[in-house]
Amino acid sequence: MLATPNWFKYSSPTAFYPLAEKMIPWFAGLAGLLAAVGLYVGLLVAPTDFQQGDAYRIIFIHVPAAWMSMFLYLAMACWSAMALGFNTRLSGMMAQAIAPTGALMTFIALWTGAFWGRPTWGTYWAWDARMTSELILLFLYLGVIALRNAIDDPRRADRACALLTLTGIVNIPIIYFSVYWWNTLHQGSSISLTKAPAMAAVMLAGMLIMSLAAWFYSIAASLARVRAIILERECNTVWVAELPEVRNA
Amino acid sequence: MSVALASADPAAADTVWPALKWAIARDVRLALRSRAELGVQLTFYVIVVSLFPLGIAPERALLATMGPGVLWVAALLASLLSLPRLFAGDHADGTLEQIALSPYPLVALVFGKIIAHWLTTGLPMVAFAPLLGLQYALDGESLAVLTTTLLLGTPILSLLGAIGAALTLGLRGGGSLLALLVLPLYVPVLIFGASAVEAARAGLGASANLSLLGAGLLLAIVGAPFAAAAAVRIALD
Repeated sequence: MLATPNWFKYSSPTAFYPLAEKMIPWFAGLAGLLAAVGLYVGLLVAPTDFQQGDAYRIIFIHVPAAWMSMFLYLAMACWSAMALGFNTRLSGMMAQAIAPTGALMTFIALWTGAFWGRPTWGTYWAWDARMTSELILLFLYLGVIALRNAIDDPRRADRACALLTLTGIVNIPIIYFSVYWWNTLHQGSSISLTKAPAMAAVMLAGMLIMSLAAWFYSIAASLARVRAIILERECNTVWVAELPEVRNA
Repeated sequence: MSVALASADPAAADTVWPALKWAIARDVRLALRSRAELGVQLTFYVIVVSLFPLGIAPERALLATMGPGVLWVAALLASLLSLPRLFAGDHADGTLEQIALSPYPLVALVFGKIIAHWLTTGLPMVAFAPLLGLQYALDGESLAVLTTTLLLGTPILSLLGAIGAALTLGLRGGGSLLALLVLPLYVPVLIFGASAVEAARAGLGASANLSLLGAGLLLAIVGAPFAAAAAVRIALD
């Protein structure tokens, strides 16, 4: 006899708070473990690239961060759509919790990209289509965070940020293609991000392990942040006052 | 989110046109009563465009290359500066609340305000573009393409900007916050607008970029008024 769990139960901050507490150590632990394995594979096991030398090893950080930067915006947009569609409080909180991690990942992707570009392309920055759209993605994240900080009423902030996030998600493909076409019009393929021919299996493995690590880190960080947001917003409620960590503080 | 969709019932269809016409007429009339303000915005646009040659070098070849981009960036900034006019005044004196309470569909009223905003701020910039283009040593064809791109592109700026303007109503640091929200969304307009002139000068023809701008305009017309109306509701809650 399997009882179907009532998932909607966890759309309430009260029920989600202890659930998040239970999940965080698992995701954080897995993230640490996978990062250790991924870095070991990436830095020690994987062979030196015959074209790029050891500089290519930055992709073990760069590519997972770039993937997460885009995926997290998508996740934020999903929560935003739910916040507007169902008017659930937790959805807005989740969107709020994801934004800083997304901005961080975007920044890491840009920063490591610059460090990789210097030895490989001979320049820290080129107006490559992907770099430019990643930069604009960072601006979108910062815009959402800034709008959140400017609004005092959390419910209005939730809905305003959700609307802005969804406007952004409609624009992201347009921005990407506009930048892509603009760039191909201006400069040829003197600089291209397309990778050197085939990638060794061990390199790919390292990159995938690091991606999983980035994934689990993002989940753990967002959950930890959403717990803080729940506490902050619900600080006047009885259930928060009765939490052992609040009572003993 | 039933805000925007509330106008979907058939009886409301008769109210869309009167609402649209009323909002356009009202906002245009109000704007024309403060002509000095409109003049200042237009002057800002002209000054920004005129500053670039002073900051770089008055070489004709260089100016002709930069010209379209400079005019477009100046149009973006001028549009950004004029955005608070769209809702802030009505928000401050409570008119916006009355507008939102009216039985007419808010989407139509907001769309009318956006059209009026473009007529009073975007259209003058389009009209001045050929003159400013001459300062940048652009030839006749480039001027025509540039003016066409502005004609297609500046309404998108008003439409997208309306979303940002409504979201930042009554917030701290409204102006610079608005810039952070809106300017990244303006990027495709800037790129297609400036690239059209570039392509025309290179002999590639501007039709691809103009078509994309047109498509963007249609998309913005379909989507932005709904989003802006929803943003107005959020701001009034």
